[in-house]
Amino acid sequence: MREIDYRDAIKEACIEEMDRDPKVFLIGEDIGVYGGAFRAYSGLLEKYGPERVINTPISEQAILGGAIGAALTGYRPIAEIMFIDFCGLAMDQIVNQAAKIKYMTGDALNVPMVLRTQGGAGRGIAAQHSQSLEAWFYHVPGLKVVMPSTPYDVKGLLKTSIRDNNPVVFIEHKMIYLTKGPVPEEEYTIPLGVADIKREGKDVTIFAYSNMVLKALEAAEELAKEGIDCEVVDPRTLVPLDVETLVNSIKKTNKVVVVSEAAERGSVASDIIAIINDSAFDYLDAPVKRVCGLNAAIPYNSKLEQACIPHKESIVEAVKLIL
Amino acid sequence: MKECTVRECTIIKDKLTDLKEYKVADKFKDLKNEQKIEMLKRMFHIRYFEMEVEQFILKGQIYGTCHLYIGEEANAVGAMNAIRKNDWIVSHHRGHGHCIAKEADLNLMMAELIGKGNGYCKGKGGSMHIADMNTYNLGANGIVGGGMGVAAGAALTNKLQKNDGVVIGFIGDASTNTGVFHESLNLAAVWNLPLIFYCENNQYGMSTPIIKSTKIKRISDRKAAYGVTGVTIDGNNIVDVYNTVYHFAQLCREGKGPVLIEALTYRQRGHSKHDSQVYRTKDEVEQWKEYDPIVRYREYLIESGVLSEEEAKKVEDKAIEDIKAAAAFAEASPYPELSELETDVYAE
Repeated sequence: MREIDYRDAIKEACIEEMDRDPKVFLIGEDIGVYGGAFRAYSGLLEKYGPERVINTPISEQAILGGAIGAALTGYRPIAEIMFIDFCGLAMDQIVNQAAKIKYMTGDALNVPMVLRTQGGAGRGIAAQHSQSLEAWFYHVPGLKVVMPSTPYDVKGLLKTSIRDNNPVVFIEHKMIYLTKGPVPEEEYTIPLGVADIKREGKDVTIFAYSNMVLKALEAAEELAKEGIDCEVVDPRTLVPLDVETLVNSIKKTNKVVVVSEAAERGSVASDIIAIINDSAFDYLDAPVKRVCGLNAAIPYNSKLEQACIPHKESIVEAVKLIL
Repeated sequence: MKECTVRECTIIKDKLTDLKEYKVADKFKDLKNEQKIEMLKRMFHIRYFEMEVEQFILKGQIYGTCHLYIGEEANAVGAMNAIRKNDWIVSHHRGHGHCIAKEADLNLMMAELIGKGNGYCKGKGGSMHIADMNTYNLGANGIVGGGMGVAAGAALTNKLQKNDGVVIGFIGDASTNTGVFHESLNLAAVWNLPLIFYCENNQYGMSTPIIKSTKIKRISDRKAAYGVTGVTIDGNNIVDVYNTVYHFAQLCREGKGPVLIEALTYRQRGHSKHDSQVYRTKDEVEQWKEYDPIVRYREYLIESGVLSEEEAKKVEDKAIEDIKAAAAFAEASPYPELSELETDVYAE
């Protein structure tokens, strides 16, 4: 199978869906001639013109509010917020508008839109451009939350998210845009709420998403050298969450490490552990171990930055602790 | 083309005072008497709907809160009659009047207000969240300024579809101090969206008078910052509201939007269910009642021979009857089932 990078897989998904459905359009800051801050849309302005690749002022509330209004009146916008950190400027639109409109109007209105954004540390851009804020959205009923880790997943999941009739917060990771992976030429989609076992194993389950899947796989390779066989479960979407696949893996390994780049306190990882407690407590032979970011802002200095988030070594250490 | 004069207004010592005049086409004069009378009926519908809601409040049947539109009826009815049925509107927390002027079902509205399962929002939204696709109403909003981006987005839809629809985003005076006002109006301006931000300046953001929250005397002066057209009008004069909105809606349809209309008006009741109104005097309220939009319009129609006193009484009585029927419908309606609790969180 051909290999393409994560960023091109995003572009392919947009192209296929824009060709399939004239109601799909792109809206966001610097997505026109610039092609988006991470160039995921390069060439799309030329291909689709300014009415379907809509470049905006720096106005996060108006971008998302505008996308919501267009979604209510028949379109399927893909609104880009350049960094997940900037969602703070527009949380009312996400939490009080997009997420709630269907429920509070008693199903009079639907908001079929995608909020595309990216997060994570690793580029030395410090505390306001490096956060992992998925818990903010995971917490809010009415939002779906998608966090793909591979080119194959990002394409299939983005296509599904565009077709979904709900507001979907689609969170990419800035460190994996240039990672390559197999992506079929023929069309495919991936349903939301179906986890993928990225590596099969029998000794310990490592539950990880987004960039942490790659770190978990590195850790699993390292541990394999010592004869420890890890299973890496990638939920791919946090809402809806595939609890069944996780529980089945725990039934097999009886041990689980939950990895997340986000600051530990109040994290999705913490909630996953509560779910494991509710659904798989009887299968556990050891306490669940959490490997998360520090409860600190992401620092600038590269050494400090790397020490602030989980990495291969910290995952290896956690696995050994519960063996 | 026949023209009429719209008086641009300002408020001096709580009085509406003419500031200057500008000319727009007098489209109101062209309306059939039938529609002029229908507009009066709608105003009465709003007034008596809200008075019935007050009764429900007294009886303890309004569980949460609600914000009454009494005194502001000319804005909703004048504006809605000046646009087409399939022009979208976005409303705000004081939104009952907009729904009624857009011809929402009175029964379903009243049922929602007292939390019934067959209300507009299935009893899940209450006063601040009624939306109705059948009447092109994208909904009220519990967040001050929350609907402004949505209004710009609906106007973007019109532009992308290359139709000549216009969107009215109803906003309040206090919302013009939120950040989303700036972002949405700037975005609409830079894209020439067919959007009217219709600012009902009812003088207060909850308890804070607009003069204490906003330095400029006229909110429409903010037009300069966005390069858009803006005017301030007497929002208690339905003829001026109608002609002004009609005029600017036409401009929007021709790609010359957006527009900021400030309509001076007054809420005769408190901010919400619980409001002792310590921030204003009874004298002030009484002074504003001299500009009551329904009294003025009713007199105007009688003086101009559109209908007689008796006919006006009949229109009013019919409105009262409709509202009583809506209240009876609401009272007889069932409460929602607990099984509804987790439906409508996500779409299929």
